[in-house]
Amino acid sequence: MSISVCNVEKWFGKFHALQNVSLEVPTGCLLALLGPSGSGKTTLLRIIAGLETADAGTIRYADDDITHASARERNVGFVFQHYALFRHMTVFENVAFGLRVRKWPEAKIRERVMELLRLVRLEELAQRYPSQLSGGQKQRIALIRALAAQPKVLLLDEPFGALDAKVRMELRHWLRRFHDELHVTSIFVTHDQEEAFEVADRVVVMNRGRIEQIGTPMEVFEHPANAFVMDFLGNVNVFPVEMQDGRALFGPLEMPLPRFHTSNGDSSSSSNGNGSNGNGSSTQVYVRPHELALGRTPEEGGSLPARIIHITPAGSLVKVRCVAEEFGLVMNVDITLDQHRELHLKQGDIVYVSPKRARVFMPDYAI
Amino acid sequence: MSPIHRHLLPGFSASLGFALTYLTILVIIPLSACFLTAMSLTWSQFVAVVWTERARSAYALTFGASLIAAFCSVWIGLLIAWVLVRYEFPGKRAMDSLVDLPFALPTAVAGLVFSALYAPNGWLGQFLVPLGIEGAYSRLGIVIVLVFIGFPFVVRTVQPVLESFDSEVEEAAASLGANRWETFRRVLLPALYPALVTGFALSFARGLGEYGSVMLVSGNLRNYTEIAPVLIVESLEESQFKDTGYAEATAIAVVLLVASFVMLLVINWLERWSKRADG
Amino acid sequence: MAEPMAKTSVGPPPPRATSDPAWVRWGLTLLAMTILTVLVVIPVVSVFAQAFSKGIVVYFENLLGDPDTRHSIVLTLTVAPCAVVLNVIFGLAAAWAITRFRFSGRSLLITLIDLPFSVSPVIAGLVFVLLFGMQGFFGPWLRAQGIQILFSTPGLILATTFVTLPFVARELIPLMEALGPDEELAALSLGANGWQIFWRVTLPNIRWGLLYGVILCNARAMGEFGAVYVVSGKIAGQTCTMPLQVEQLFVGFNSPAAFAVASVLTLLAVATLLAKTRVEALARQSMKEATQARQESRGGTP
Repeated sequence: MSISVCNVEKWFGKFHALQNVSLEVPTGCLLALLGPSGSGKTTLLRIIAGLETADAGTIRYADDDITHASARERNVGFVFQHYALFRHMTVFENVAFGLRVRKWPEAKIRERVMELLRLVRLEELAQRYPSQLSGGQKQRIALIRALAAQPKVLLLDEPFGALDAKVRMELRHWLRRFHDELHVTSIFVTHDQEEAFEVADRVVVMNRGRIEQIGTPMEVFEHPANAFVMDFLGNVNVFPVEMQDGRALFGPLEMPLPRFHTSNGDSSSSSNGNGSNGNGSSTQVYVRPHELALGRTPEEGGSLPARIIHITPAGSLVKVRCVAEEFGLVMNVDITLDQHRELHLKQGDIVYVSPKRARVFMPDYAI
Repeated sequence: MSPIHRHLLPGFSASLGFALTYLTILVIIPLSACFLTAMSLTWSQFVAVVWTERARSAYALTFGASLIAAFCSVWIGLLIAWVLVRYEFPGKRAMDSLVDLPFALPTAVAGLVFSALYAPNGWLGQFLVPLGIEGAYSRLGIVIVLVFIGFPFVVRTVQPVLESFDSEVEEAAASLGANRWETFRRVLLPALYPALVTGFALSFARGLGEYGSVMLVSGNLRNYTEIAPVLIVESLEESQFKDTGYAEATAIAVVLLVASFVMLLVINWLERWSKRADG
Repeated sequence: MAEPMAKTSVGPPPPRATSDPAWVRWGLTLLAMTILTVLVVIPVVSVFAQAFSKGIVVYFENLLGDPDTRHSIVLTLTVAPCAVVLNVIFGLAAAWAITRFRFSGRSLLITLIDLPFSVSPVIAGLVFVLLFGMQGFFGPWLRAQGIQILFSTPGLILATTFVTLPFVARELIPLMEALGPDEELAALSLGANGWQIFWRVTLPNIRWGLLYGVILCNARAMGEFGAVYVVSGKIAGQTCTMPLQVEQLFVGFNSPAAFAVASVLTLLAVATLLAKTRVEALARQSMKEATQARQESRGGTP
């Protein structure tokens, strides 16, 4: 079942938690609401679930306007951040709860609950109490409890937030497979971009009560809509550049700008380069660590001399931190393990840094 | 972090409506009736009722006995809490439970048994009365009964604070050269002040309102062991013969009510103060 | 109260710097024991000693032979349960409203609930006389309708309910606050209606706290003296509850009978104490679990 959120507003006292938020979730989609804490993602999820009321706007499930329906009537499965398992009930009774209040016959309840427990391979825990379960087990029980009454929508609030790193990884893959089997329209909230990219079909990036960008993980990562998204989605190097004849200059470097991205009104990305490619105006250029190249010798197209401060191996990558002393600018550069072997880099070496790709965000850059 | 769940869960108007109606019928209307009735007296009539020699003596006794009893309760309560928290000894758990007995024992029973114990032929009275210590039908008896009722309040406020003390503080004091007594007096006792003061206020407030036990143990001797609530009951019983009706009884009640509201405010303030002191 | 949890249990001896010399330990312990003996143990023992001083036959004659005393027992067993039931319903409603919703005047409501604790019992009785007495606000009207509230069971129930009003609510409010609404919201999202949430989720979680409140409330209701003294009119065989009967017998110079009734009340107090100790541990346990669960969740990101 598809979900559509239209022009939703929410205030908590004087805090504007959601500002004119609209969102379409197609049937069967697994969507991630991604953003820093306080961005309004959990509030949006709770409004969709009916656990919070919107001050304005509408929520539709398929074609039904359910804005004023209670959580009880919406038939959603909600997985709470801290599971909210009923501590005085066994695992079996927890999962059976939604069926019991719907007055299912006992035999069908047994059948359904055991089927779900088998699905998550926790049959043998049926008679345990929540306090006797590990975090990952609680998480799965919370999930099948939400699914027991066959909801048309599954909502998960920071589903892996309370787990340790290893369990978290396992459960991520598991949730993805689980969703592929069931195809229930699902929305989950996370502040971890890796998690969002790994699990979701579509990612919604939120910040300060607004949606910054909606897209597939690839779209969002490759074509961030604005400086916030760019910054939030990973390490980024920021170069304060001078604009001259449409070229962005930083010391000896000319930034390779493929095209300009228009930011949707977020002026924090650029300072005073507004409305012109005018000479002498300054702006900021964003370059990802893997979009910087390192060499032992200066490049022809211009490169920046820098001294290596620190080298960190990170799996197949090597993270190099260096400083362009002339400008007092610290940069993070990702190189492959092979490159690292080739270059024999050591701390204190002088290297030459050149950007292969760069982005600039301007509020209303004339195209 | 939980957002405000306004009207999400069901039953808001039903539960609040019921609670408010219940409180209105049982608390607000009756207490307002008290003030309304007292207001039927003029100011001079009011003063004439609440400021007779007999009333003054009753207030003095009520406040004085409660104050002395609360003071004794603080020391006894501190001692018992200290022993219960710090030491191991046989019968400790029984002792811990016994502290609650005054909470559970009906006050009429307390009054009855104390007046019998300290009477000249009672278990304790037979030794004490020849020494000139009259524990029954005397002001001393009132204080003893109020200590009995009051000390558990002190134990139960001091005990958790004492339990929460970090042993490092005492070790630090010892390493700085303080002996046990100095450590207690300079380090532990000051940290216990808020709890002790709260316990004091609670047992004092309880003493102000106590009726059953005091009435039975004191013998209600006029101008000697007559407490303020006794005056209320008496003038209520006489009210049918007077044209001012219940007003005179109510006037004294208002004085006591105001005193106990002030105590309530003080206790609330003390609790907030001690919470702040806890950090 | 920062940490009303766990009584200190038997543990390893405390480290040197925090332990006192043996003579101080034993001296203080003995002193505390002596005070408790004089103040609590001797009185309790003497109640039974006095009650049985004329032998067990006389004891039961005193207790059951007198119709007025028999009636006082029945009356107490009527009035106290009524007050408890009323205050349980009130406590649940008030705790639900206060802990599950935010509304203006919320803290005023909490103060109002505590108010009866700071009112002297005699005044608690007096206010009902003012309302329902012959010269009271509703007295003449009630008399015209032939309804008797004062000097009869309804008056006793009212006064007792007033005095014991805060007990249940005071136990439930902090407990339900600590439990938080998460499980109830989960039940709601799983399709439960209001009653289902209450019976299946809330009540099982608060049962020990509720029982604890009931025990305290009941003990006070059975032992209440001042308030019922004023509203009862002390009509023996009609409006005298057990504590009043104790006083009546004592004033009537029937000390053994007074002690016989007092011994029953003392037994009730001891039973209350035993039940309280057991249930208190369980109630504290559920409070502790709730607090821990909340603290864990506070560690996460919103």
